[in-house]
Amino acid sequence: MKEETLKLKAVEAKSFRQFDLKKKFRISESVIQALLFLAGILSVFTTIAIVYELGKEALLFFTNPDVTLFKFLGTTKWQPGIGQYGIWALVSATLLTSVIAMLISIPLGLASAIYLSEYASYRMRSILKPILEILAGIPTVVYGYFALLFVTPILKTFFGDYIQVYNMLSAGLVMGIMILPLISSMSEDALSAVPRALREGAYAMGATKLETSIQIVLPAALSGIGAAVIIGVSRAVGETMIVAVASGSGPNFSFNPLEAAETMTGHIARISGGDLSYNSIDYTSLFAIALMLFLVTLVLNLISQWVVNRFREQYE
Amino acid sequence: MENHYAIETNELSIHYGNFTAVKDVSMKVERQKITAIIGPSGCGKSTLLRAFNRMNDFVPGCHASGELLLQGQNLYGKEIDPVEVRRKIGMVFQKPNPFPKSIYENIAWGARINGFKGKMDELVEQSLRSAALWDEVKDKLQESAYALSGGQQQRLCIARTIAIQPEIILMDEPASALDPISTLRIEELMQELKKNYTIIIVTHNMQQAARASDYTAMMMIDERRAGGVIEFDGTTRIFTNPKDKRTEDYVTGRFG
Ligand SMILES: Nc1ncnc2c1ncn2[C@@H]1O[C@H](COP(=O)(O)OP(=O)(O)O)[C@@H](O)[C@H]1O
Ligand SMILES: [Mg+2]
Repeated sequence: MKEETLKLKAVEAKSFRQFDLKKKFRISESVIQALLFLAGILSVFTTIAIVYELGKEALLFFTNPDVTLFKFLGTTKWQPGIGQYGIWALVSATLLTSVIAMLISIPLGLASAIYLSEYASYRMRSILKPILEILAGIPTVVYGYFALLFVTPILKTFFGDYIQVYNMLSAGLVMGIMILPLISSMSEDALSAVPRALREGAYAMGATKLETSIQIVLPAALSGIGAAVIIGVSRAVGETMIVAVASGSGPNFSFNPLEAAETMTGHIARISGGDLSYNSIDYTSLFAIALMLFLVTLVLNLISQWVVNRFREQYE
Repeated sequence: MENHYAIETNELSIHYGNFTAVKDVSMKVERQKITAIIGPSGCGKSTLLRAFNRMNDFVPGCHASGELLLQGQNLYGKEIDPVEVRRKIGMVFQKPNPFPKSIYENIAWGARINGFKGKMDELVEQSLRSAALWDEVKDKLQESAYALSGGQQQRLCIARTIAIQPEIILMDEPASALDPISTLRIEELMQELKKNYTIIIVTHNMQQAARASDYTAMMMIDERRAGGVIEFDGTTRIFTNPKDKRTEDYVTGRFG
């Protein structure tokens, strides 16, 4: 009884104290908020600046009397020297090498991610992950010569004279190997983030490890895997050094992977490497190509995004 | 000769590495009855329950010794496939863990991987009815399971377990994350289910064990922190006239 009265007193005493509930100025909060905002706006601003610069120069290209939008988008030969501006000659090589790269890197990257996250023992993982990271750290020019001097000769033993010294197949394959660690490690993060409770739920239903990994964990991780694929695609489309070294240096509208063909990036690198005068059509054409590259990346991103949203399974 | 025990343990011990979490449990769980496992937290209730369907296989370093017998076969025998064990002994977890799929697919998936060849629509309806969930979800079978409330999700998890027709259903504090009304519904459901299944439930809720179970196993840790079943008897007996002083202290709330 006595204890209770004491408690009551304490409550009374508390209610007499005045609370200060007015807004207070917290300087560190405001400073941090401003810095974070600046960091955010910087990337937006950079993007806008790039698009603006590309658009400005590309406009010069398109307003050239020699160029028409129809020529640009409707023909398949690229030779500004003699008035041919068919962008598809370059786009085709970009698409083909990227598709080959993704055909390699998505299945292998996913398989290795599933192995690492679902199957590998702790020891195995601690051996394999650093190796993958080394693969990710190799400069792309090294990959380029690896394609030209190692992979192409191997392909030659299969295809003989059908394959050219510079070819899209070799460049695409090696590009796939380059992107593999990226897809693998991002996908592994996504798979590992799937709650254990989901796996246990599946196992408790009598699911095998494979059924659990492929039918429960993988779909649940799909949005993260999708992000990995999107970044992978962007890397493939934008990759320059490997294709510049291994896939040839002449625009060629062809979907035969055994042929040489120049990608948009490879072309930009080669042309801008020579001496260009500012107002030449060659110079402004580079910006038109870059704009196209930007669009292709954007469209591929949107497609990937759509596919992911269509198939992902969201867990809370 | 029909054995009226669903599962038996014989000096079953479970170890995490060198640490023995559960020691020398010998109990016979009767068919089509509800057996509750009670005891203070950390005494090895979950560890023991998860040993029944070999869920502990997924915990690195966890291993069992002794025997766990289902129809005379030691489930820890070398020739036993743990996947097959889990098809016969289903489990409902503490926190509802539906798959991130539609309500329909949550039920159908388990049945499909278990080789179900019949009419899926019928199985889904039947399972949802058995889990007393059908009326609430029949118009939104294609919606995500995550759109359901916690109590509904837990009943969905029970429904998907029923859909694979196990012998035994293990439940690890299935109502501890739920509100009192949902809890009562799960308890009612258990009474229905025991007509066809053997249920083993871990609970830290004394009233729940007293209300819902036929048998109760009381667990307690010894001086080396290894948990063991100190008393196993009819629930009424455990709650009204236990043999062990520690059980009496625990069920009357005088423990600790
Ligand atoms: N994964 C684990 N690894 C190591 N020790 C564990 C693990 N899970 C539980 N334990 C230990 O086993 C004992 C029993 O735990 P548990 O079965 O979860 O108890 P309860 O369910 O009765 O609360 C505890 O001492 C706990 O620390
Ligand atoms: Mg527990």
